Amino acid sequence: MNLHEGAANLLEVRGLTKIFGSLKACDSIDLGIARGEIHALLGENGAGKSTLVKMLFGSLEPHSGEILWNGQPVRITSPGIAKKLGIGMVFQHFSLFEALTAAENIALSLNDGAPISTIAAKARALSYSYGLPLDPDALVGDLSVGERQRIEIIRCLLQTPDLIILDEPTSVLTPQEADKLFETLERLRSEGKSILYISHRLEEVKRMCDRATVLRHGKVVGHCNPREETASSLARMMVGSEVRAVERPPAEGMDKAESLLEIVNLNRKPATPFSIPLRNINLSVRAGEVVGIAGVAGNGQGEFFEAVSGEVLQQDKASVRIRGRQVGGLDITGRRLLGAAFVPEERLGHGAAPRMKLSENLLLSRHATDGKAFVGTAGMIDGKAIYSAAQRIIEVMDVRKSAPDPEAASLSGGNLQKFIVGRELDRKPSVMVVNQPTWGVDAGAAAHIRQALIELARNGSAVLVISQDLDELFEISDSIAVMHNGELSARIPIAEATYEKIGLLMGGAEPGHAATAHDAEPAEVA
Amino acid sequence: MDIWVSILLTIATAATPLLIAAIGELVAERAGVLNLGVEGMMIMGAVGGFGAGYLTGSPWIGVLAAIVIGVLFSLLFAFMTLTLATNQVATGLSLTILGLGLSGMLGTSFVGLPGQRLPNLDIPGLTSLPVVGRLLFGQDPIFYLSIALVIAVTWFLFRSRTGLTMRAIGDSHTSAHALGISVIGYRYLAVMFGGACAGLAGAHLSLVYTPQWVENMSAGRGWIALALVVFASWRPWRVLAGAYIFGAIWIGQLHVQAIDLSSFASSSWFIYQPIALIKSLPSQFLSSLPYLATIVVLVLISRNKRLTMMNTPASLAQPFVPER
Amino acid sequence: MMRIELVKRPQRSALFSMLSPFIAFALTLIAGAIMFAMLGVNPAKALYAYFISPLTEVWQLHELAIKAAPLIMIAVGLSVCFRANIWNIGAEGQFTIGAIAGSLLPVLYPDLQGAYLLPLMLLMGMIGGAAYASVPALLKARFNTNEILTSLMLVYVSQLFLDWVVRGPWRDPMGYNFPQTVQFSSAARLPELLDSGRANLGFIFSIVAAVLVWLMMSRMLKGFEVRVLGSSPRAGRFAGFSIRRMAFFAFMLSGALAGLAGISEVSGAIGRLQPVISPGYGFAAIIVAFLGRLNPLGIIAAGLVLGLTYLGGEAAQSSLGVSDKLARVFQGMLLFFVLGCDTLIHYRIRFVGRKAPAPEMVPAQEGAH
Repeated sequence: MNLHEGAANLLEVRGLTKIFGSLKACDSIDLGIARGEIHALLGENGAGKSTLVKMLFGSLEPHSGEILWNGQPVRITSPGIAKKLGIGMVFQHFSLFEALTAAENIALSLNDGAPISTIAAKARALSYSYGLPLDPDALVGDLSVGERQRIEIIRCLLQTPDLIILDEPTSVLTPQEADKLFETLERLRSEGKSILYISHRLEEVKRMCDRATVLRHGKVVGHCNPREETASSLARMMVGSEVRAVERPPAEGMDKAESLLEIVNLNRKPATPFSIPLRNINLSVRAGEVVGIAGVAGNGQGEFFEAVSGEVLQQDKASVRIRGRQVGGLDITGRRLLGAAFVPEERLGHGAAPRMKLSENLLLSRHATDGKAFVGTAGMIDGKAIYSAAQRIIEVMDVRKSAPDPEAASLSGGNLQKFIVGRELDRKPSVMVVNQPTWGVDAGAAAHIRQALIELARNGSAVLVISQDLDELFEISDSIAVMHNGELSARIPIAEATYEKIGLLMGGAEPGHAATAHDAEPAEVA
Repeated sequence: MDIWVSILLTIATAATPLLIAAIGELVAERAGVLNLGVEGMMIMGAVGGFGAGYLTGSPWIGVLAAIVIGVLFSLLFAFMTLTLATNQVATGLSLTILGLGLSGMLGTSFVGLPGQRLPNLDIPGLTSLPVVGRLLFGQDPIFYLSIALVIAVTWFLFRSRTGLTMRAIGDSHTSAHALGISVIGYRYLAVMFGGACAGLAGAHLSLVYTPQWVENMSAGRGWIALALVVFASWRPWRVLAGAYIFGAIWIGQLHVQAIDLSSFASSSWFIYQPIALIKSLPSQFLSSLPYLATIVVLVLISRNKRLTMMNTPASLAQPFVPER
Repeated sequence: MMRIELVKRPQRSALFSMLSPFIAFALTLIAGAIMFAMLGVNPAKALYAYFISPLTEVWQLHELAIKAAPLIMIAVGLSVCFRANIWNIGAEGQFTIGAIAGSLLPVLYPDLQGAYLLPLMLLMGMIGGAAYASVPALLKARFNTNEILTSLMLVYVSQLFLDWVVRGPWRDPMGYNFPQTVQFSSAARLPELLDSGRANLGFIFSIVAAVLVWLMMSRMLKGFEVRVLGSSPRAGRFAGFSIRRMAFFAFMLSGALAGLAGISEVSGAIGRLQPVISPGYGFAAIIVAFLGRLNPLGIIAAGLVLGLTYLGGEAAQSSLGVSDKLARVFQGMLLFFVLGCDTLIHYRIRFVGRKAPAPEMVPAQEGAH
């Protein structure tokens, strides 16, 4: 890649710094992006990648440092200015409007006053030419995550940018969809565009990117050519130390093990106009095993979690069974009292109340199961008991914090997740259901959480893990099922599972897979 | 025939302030701001409009003053909720409390004074047409303005680019901010438009409907306007329909209270008995009909979950603080 | 051109949590002084008349307790609602219906004399208020109807109902056609506390209510439930708490307290039902709740402050000839300032001067486009 080094960089960043309160999210970052290269920005969750690109796109204001565009110093004070310069962005959390159509969404970021119909036609033409077909008149709320990403990409391309920033674009795609995206990116590179590609997935960075800049704790720790590195050498640069690999001892005696969690012909109508109906889901999880549910976000995982946890009750009482008991009509407290524990996807605002202390957040999921220990006569809360229990969990899970009993919102994502998982593990539940256990969590914390889940299973509990992260599922599961469009495939034992096989199921490649795999079952149950 | 025309005219007069206030609030809510201060802005418009009209002798200056006062009052709300990110519900309430108090204080000296009335339209040849003449060509200017507002707001929200931006902000202010749209700037404009409308609606009360100043003369109309926006599921033409239904209820109960039963003595039993029955109800019950109807209508609308969910601006009443 | 930006604090500021009501009160005094000056009244004199002179004599302190009692009782209930993110703004209606329900016995059976009479009246007042508050709760829980609008509409309905009751069926036949009921018998009157003035048992009720609710909110699981559901409803649902049940609980608790305030006012300070029994206590209590930072103990102090504005309004009208409506203006301003100051608890305020003429690229780059 000597070619690039000779040419002046398209974008040059010098000493860029951003401070939030007492945290240096970005600490004098240097970065150069040449024309026509795909440049990877690597780093763990919380390393400062998103903060850096938000400054490049004008969404955040840097504290100090300078940005050069075509060799000229520029101040990018708003996304509008970034767009004018020729910087386009595809957000990780899409900046789309669900109640508007795809064409309207695109029109909003173009500001050229062209009529919507013209924009729709342009978008349609461009989307087909890049092999990312798009219906401009569809309401965004009705679209899948992959389709939404297409809108973001097309919207970005219509502005004819010279530099395209993609923030974790493959985290919401199936492996096959990701391949398709890579083709598009290669084509953009061949057209002379530069791409800043943010990811923590090392294999795809090795495959696609010409150069890489690695961030850790807000600082640049190195520049390299990813093709000359190995996945583990890149990981070492990102994490700064060796990450302990998760150990998964073989599950033994599974044929005799008891089914602790059973889902039988679970159906659910969509609760809101944009949510997914669940169709005839069957699954059983036995004591001692970890079962993974793979799937692209928005295929019914959230709805499934609500139904299993009892946040939403089922008409058919027999459709969810915990330790043999029919619990479809029991609420989440009733299910917890039977020994089940749940960890939802969203940490702040669902798994934890952001503005409450950790000790109070302990009470959140355990006020009933540990009523005797935590709540005294006349419903008085035993402050000492919840405080010391919270401290116990903090110690076991190695939760890093700034105060003895801080508000949940003040913790980093990884530390809060460790606390939330630890809160449930502390009960030694016989059934554990976890949705996205390590989403947005740094590698060390993720390994800690994964290991804890495996240990829980091997000590005789049934563990069900819903995750978008295939690497994670392959690491911890004994078998994997795939959720697509509200249906669940049959379980595939880990020994027979491959990325390709799971990826095809995630894309819905086998139509009606759940129905064929389980058609026979209802009869047996009845 | 004449009696029906005059009933229709009074319904239009009763519906107009509701319609104008609701159309203004609709725009604010479409941009994601819930301003519960409509009642307060309206009553301030009423007292300001009356006062300016009385002091200058020109009802037109009264109307202008009411609009300006409505905008100023809404700016207070906008500064609090948008710049200081205070709770919209509580701030709206305090705007109403402040407006009711301030208008009472400012209006003390106006009580009992004869006011100015905006003249009705009078087009030679047209206004005197039988039946339709007075309905179409003989009403007060604010009535025509209210209809024009419905058309203009419909065009603005669903045909113009700025309207699209407003709706987008109401759907997701975080997305809008990420695209570089000035969420707070647009919301200021939307709230000020709501204030202008509420002020104008107040002017209609004190310069057309009952050209005098009476304390608390808005009598809950601001709140009914808020309910109308929900009832209309945030669509301008449905606001128009709702406002006229409520105008009819408002006028209907007044007419029934004023009806002379003996004039129906010769009518058939089927007409006489129901009227007699309604007449036998206490007047307080009839007066409470608009409020009860509001509750019933809200229940009927909110029962339809899909309709409300699809139409409610998703970021309505959510505080927004841009990260810099 | 200055721009105001909010910068989120990492933790809520304990300092401003405590200071904010005081800053708000000080700002209200300043704004009030300016307003008086504009009205041509000497601000020092006016503020003295408003906030000091009503405290100079013992009987006036009794009057303050009478005014503060309903405000505190209602606001304590409302604080539970607002903490649960449930917007009951119809306390005025629940107050009215509580007063009517509690008056059933003394109006219809004026001869009842037993010691059971007063407790029964208070109980019926609470039941009346709670029942009336259960209507918006039911509509919210069952049909997801906006409780702000329904509870408010019910205020108008309740006032018309009271109007009908005192002009119609319950009018005192010996009352020279005045729209009012018979005077309550002495057994139906709330006893006065001391000989030095009119303050009655109602004030004690309000303090007891505040302390009990404070205990619930800060120490009990029920209070935890209220706080969780109010601050993050999804986390509350995850905890196994029900938003619907909470709607009933919060509405009926606050309705019962408003009803108690209503019957206490009628059987205490007034002594009979009449068309107007409240100078807007139900709305002023919203201000009290926020001024007290939604903390029942803070609400006691806030209730006394708001009570003072009522007394001050009366005093200023008689001594300075300014409109008694001014009290409402003070109340409205106070709420504004309280809400504004509360921003300081979660945010730092930064004033940004426009350094560059406009947020634009440096000129060198402008030429290229």
